[in-house]
Amino acid sequence: MAETLIADQHAHDAAHAHQFDDVEQQRDAATMGMWVFLATEVLFFGGLFASYIIYRTLYPAAFAVASQTQDIVLGTTNTAVLIISSFAVAVAVYGAQTGRRRTTIWALALAIALGVVFLVIKFYEYYQKYVDHHVPGPSFEFPAPYTEPAKMYFTLYFLMTGLHAIHMIVGCGLLAVMIIMARRGDFTREYHSPIENSGLYWHFVDIIWIFLYPLFYLIGRHLE
Amino acid sequence: MGAVTTKTEEVQENYLNAEYGWKSWLFTTDHKRIGLLYLVSITLFFFLGGLFALLIRLDLLTPPGDMMSSEAYNKMFSMHGIIMVFFFLIPSIPAVLGNFVIPMMIGARDVAFPRLNLLSWYLFNIGGLCMLYAVVNGGVDTGWTFYPPYSSNFSNTNVAMAVTAIFIAGFSSIVTGLNFIITIHTMRAPGMTWFRLPLFIWSLYATSLIQVLGTPILAISLALVAAERLLHLGVFDPAYGGDPVLFQHIFWFYSHPAVYIMVLPSMGVVSELIPTFARKIIYGYKVVAAASVAIAIFSFLVWGHHMFVSGQSIFIGMVFSLLSYAVAIPSAVKVFNWTATLYKSSVSFQTPMLYAFGFIGLFTIGGLTGLFVAALGVNIHVTDTYFIIAHFHYIMVGGAVMGYLGGIHYWWPKISGRMYPEIWGKLAALTIFVGFNLTFFPQFILGYLGMPRRYHAYPPEFEMLNVLSTAGASILGVGYILPLIYLAWSMRYGEKAGPNPWFATGLEWRTPSPPPKKNFLETPVVTWEAYDISGQPDLVERLHNEDRIYKSALQAEERKREELGVETPAEGA
Ligand code: HEM
Ligand SMILES: [Cu+2]
Repeated sequence: MAETLIADQHAHDAAHAHQFDDVEQQRDAATMGMWVFLATEVLFFGGLFASYIIYRTLYPAAFAVASQTQDIVLGTTNTAVLIISSFAVAVAVYGAQTGRRRTTIWALALAIALGVVFLVIKFYEYYQKYVDHHVPGPSFEFPAPYTEPAKMYFTLYFLMTGLHAIHMIVGCGLLAVMIIMARRGDFTREYHSPIENSGLYWHFVDIIWIFLYPLFYLIGRHLE
Repeated sequence: MGAVTTKTEEVQENYLNAEYGWKSWLFTTDHKRIGLLYLVSITLFFFLGGLFALLIRLDLLTPPGDMMSSEAYNKMFSMHGIIMVFFFLIPSIPAVLGNFVIPMMIGARDVAFPRLNLLSWYLFNIGGLCMLYAVVNGGVDTGWTFYPPYSSNFSNTNVAMAVTAIFIAGFSSIVTGLNFIITIHTMRAPGMTWFRLPLFIWSLYATSLIQVLGTPILAISLALVAAERLLHLGVFDPAYGGDPVLFQHIFWFYSHPAVYIMVLPSMGVVSELIPTFARKIIYGYKVVAAASVAIAIFSFLVWGHHMFVSGQSIFIGMVFSLLSYAVAIPSAVKVFNWTATLYKSSVSFQTPMLYAFGFIGLFTIGGLTGLFVAALGVNIHVTDTYFIIAHFHYIMVGGAVMGYLGGIHYWWPKISGRMYPEIWGKLAALTIFVGFNLTFFPQFILGYLGMPRRYHAYPPEFEMLNVLSTAGASILGVGYILPLIYLAWSMRYGEKAGPNPWFATGLEWRTPSPPPKKNFLETPVVTWEAYDISGQPDLVERLHNEDRIYKSALQAEERKREELGVETPAEGA
């Protein structure tokens, strides 16, 4: 009896921070905090997307030719990998909401594994670019007359997918923390906002890729 | 406030004496202590930035600029601008006063994310240290605007380090803004509806929106400059097909809204000071509140007015000019509402109110000259001259810093539990006002006559006005040092303030000074409208008994009623 009381007390403390009146207020704050944070992320990427739009409009032909050097199979595979991982995260969140701890843990593990697959493929693509002399810098090579604007294309490619990859790495770390929390039994039917918010973050990072993929792989491919 | 009287005055526990030792400060998550930590950090940066300003003005004392080389001068104005904008003005009111009073004003125990709040202070200081490193390691010379290709390909100074510093400090600003938005949304006390919020909260809410939505854009634009320098990528480099003007677009898309990060909070302070010291409900509460949000929105639509001469098309120039005129409307609405509040009120001229008056006058001049420079034709004449310098200093120093000092004096009794010495306060406020105008008014004339900005030497016919300006700057410097001294003095020797020395209506005044660690002895319940004294009977009673100005105003009203034969309305109705 005494033991359960103490355990209750502990769970209560872990879930409820002093500045909030109740757990519900705390959950509202956490969820809203995540959405506002994602808004800042949208604008963070926004500067790069704006640059992309401007240079694509200035140099449409060069961008089309440059995107034909991309490996469409790898790009498409990666897109599929991320969509499945987002599904896995959704399952994990559902598991936490309904008290299915094992489901949560396995789904999170799957999502992380898929995230790693994505990163491995991405770095392989970077390596291919290096072999092909498509990394902007002194060794850059691209047939005239598109040398300069193609360099711009690859600059944007590395900056945007690189920033996205950094977000993926952070996301994998977050999900790993969620696994630890789930194994400790921190999540209950009432309290699961950390995993929900990590899920939001993961979906957001996926959505960024859903935009990057057509911009760098698809648009202008059919022109030749 | 009878509930808080204790037999011995001194034993009361508050946020300052609840814990001792440096650890209790450096690891605190109490929003009040974090506000004070920020106060220390930004005060240091303010005086560092001020030192650079002093050197600039000393160099300009003589036409050939005898004191330093043009390279040194370039570094001086760059470091002055960077430090003052990013390390003083942007955090000033939000991070110090906002942190301290927002939770109390809305009746909360703390901000929504106290640990993130502390993180923000650490980020700020890490950014600050990077900046100091850049300064002592030879400085930066690009101007606070970091325009490429100079900043990316040509400057031989610590651009990458300075840019990193701003990048990091930018995240502290984002975290603060995010925290405030969530706090204001989710943590209001029972009865504290949106339209009962003090106008300071509305202003800071609007400010936070800009911080959250604008700062990431600044971060990415500066990151791109750093990438160009370090990795030789070329997003803005014409040699790669890049466009340097694109940087200006991205930079000003943040930095024009950022000027409102600096001035909106001051407007919020003034909206608190005027009803308090005029003993009157603010005129047009909802309009003033909406104007804050309108400014935040409009501010994102006018960035192109910084690029009228950067090769923008005439058509786009006209659009931006028109939109810039539009953003002046909500600002003007506020000024009219403040003055309307003052109309036939009983003003008490205490130090914070002097700053409020200073703000209104100087902000008006700054805003109106903003309209001059937003007119396409006039802009071409005055752009990149001292006229621009004068324009934005009237707003950023005359407006924002005045509001900041007004707020510091106003909330000082709450922060420290003690009154500052009133005579010294008034003296400093007047010194600052005189010094400010003497420094910057001549610069309008200089700019109009054609003296360009950012040069360390000038033709001899401008000497007279420059000497006046430097003289003013030294008076201004004295004015800024005074509060530092007497506020520190008052922490020990000042008179005990009591919970509500100003007879103000905000919730932060319904708790002891300094406040207890959890802000309130019990969660307050709000039943009155903003600034409405009649909702707080204990306050009305104190005003009747203790306040000379309020009494004489009441008597005057009474006499008037008798003359007109109107019946006195029932008390508290
Ligand atoms: C009333 C609305 C305002 C209008 C219409 C306005 C207009 C302008 C324009 C057109 C310029 C560009 C001048 C040029 O470089 O040729 C300018 C510069 C500037 N304004 Fe304003 N302004 C307004 C309010 C403000 C406010 C509230 C602040 C600060 C809190 C501010 C700070 C600045 C700064 C810092 C610059 C110079 C930036 C630089 O080149 O270093 N302005 N303003
Ligand atoms: Cu502007």
